[in-house]
Amino acid sequence: MAFELVAAAVSHQYGPLSVLEDIGFTIRQGEIVAIVGPSGCGKSTLLGIVGGLIKPTRGTVSIVGDMPPDSLNPFTYIFQDFALLPWRTVTANVRLPLEHHPLSRAEQAARVADALSRTGLTEFAHALPKQLSGGMRQRVGIARALVVKPAVLLMDEPLSSLDTQTRELLMEDFEAIWARENTTGAYVTHNLQEALHMADRIMILRRRPGRIREIVGVPIPRHDRHGPAAERDLSRLHEQLWSHIREEAQLADREMTDG
Amino acid sequence: MADVSLETRTQTPVTFRGGGFDPVPRQWVPWLFFAAVIAAWQGASHAGLVDPLFLPSPLQIAAALEDLAASGELARHFAASLMRIGIGWIIGAAAGVVLGGLIGLFWTWRSAGLPFISALFPIPKIALLPLLILWFGIGEASKVATIALGVFFPMAISAYAGVDNVPRNLIRMAQSFNIPFRGIVMSVIIPGMLPSVLAGCRISASIALILVVAAEMIGANVGIGSFVLAAGNLMQTDKLMAGIVAISILGLVIGAAITWLERTLLGWR
Repeated sequence: MAFELVAAAVSHQYGPLSVLEDIGFTIRQGEIVAIVGPSGCGKSTLLGIVGGLIKPTRGTVSIVGDMPPDSLNPFTYIFQDFALLPWRTVTANVRLPLEHHPLSRAEQAARVADALSRTGLTEFAHALPKQLSGGMRQRVGIARALVVKPAVLLMDEPLSSLDTQTRELLMEDFEAIWARENTTGAYVTHNLQEALHMADRIMILRRRPGRIREIVGVPIPRHDRHGPAAERDLSRLHEQLWSHIREEAQLADREMTDG
Repeated sequence: MADVSLETRTQTPVTFRGGGFDPVPRQWVPWLFFAAVIAAWQGASHAGLVDPLFLPSPLQIAAALEDLAASGELARHFAASLMRIGIGWIIGAAAGVVLGGLIGLFWTWRSAGLPFISALFPIPKIALLPLLILWFGIGEASKVATIALGVFFPMAISAYAGVDNVPRNLIRMAQSFNIPFRGIVMSVIIPGMLPSVLAGCRISASIALILVVAAEMIGANVGIGSFVLAAGNLMQTDKLMAGIVAISILGLVIGAAITWLERTLLGWR
């Protein structure tokens, strides 16, 4: 039985500052929706609200339908700064979310081994985060997310603290994992290129207070975006969407300058 | 063409202008400096430049230390001081870490506890010894209580500062996995506050050493502080200096033990 994540009339204020206004959208099971927009438009706040880390001032987020019964943490984040415990090894970091569930040690170990193998981390199982590159640390973040079998993955600029080369490689990893796991997810990014390569639909937010400007479907299936023809189509879409984001960013800049 | 012109043109090598005041380790310098000071001191004593009654030579101090060790007197005084430091430090550190942890974790505790700590921390704890003697008597309890009080405040401060220094993103991460409060404290807060608590241990151990000597000078028959005071009263400056050297060695040993603990527990840094 399929499920949908539904956000309805979500608004949020930090004191007198209105950050989000009347946001409503749906993410279907197996769909990746990218959230893009100018800096300060409330993308990360929206993701925090979706995952229950920020209480919205108004509105609701709910799951309609039946969630996967084997999910230990339906809404699971992948963080921009990895958020790994520096005193724990890769294995112990990935095991962390399982430790408060009634799972046997053998079951925990099996789940961790599986997550490490799916993210290519098996040979780094006993390394500490300080011994890993940025890309490998984010893989640990991905493995920690996969180990709980999430229903919805919430990704807050997971590639933005990495260099371009690592980002490209990790993007390929993300694509492969999502295809394999039929992942449902919200992906916050300021990088339109990333959004176009990885999302099924792209939600563009207006400058603060963030409202939905438009939600655009990417007309090419995710697994089919690497040929020259697809690149051409994506490039056209990039140009079109970028003009909208640029307009919002310029207006935000002007408003900030005017005070 | 290019090669020819390279050979005929003047070549000016780029000079190294510095790497930003990089630290350059000199492991032998402390030992050499220490040896030079001792040698100069011994030389001055040997030449009669220093009156041995006021400052005995390093060799005289070493001989006094050897005599004290052989007679068992040093061990007797050391054992008494170590027991007071040990009990006082454990009580003060445990209470300080618990209160500091509660201040770090709960806003009500912070509101109640922080002004209390800020008001009482600056009081020199040795000034409370007469009051503690009135409360607990002249015996061991008043000296242990003085040390415990002296240790309590730096440990409480380092504990709540340690909780404050745990990156908030790690706590949010744990919350995002629905890890219960107790799990967050055990898995995130306690390991995260450990560097600050160990720094507090270093400071509080020095304070405990100072306080035990001061408390024993005020009211004790046995202990390294009372030994130093008695030697001073009898003008036995070689014994007095031997006692001071012994205290210094104890301080170094405690410091080395904490360094070992830091290396063992904080290897992840």
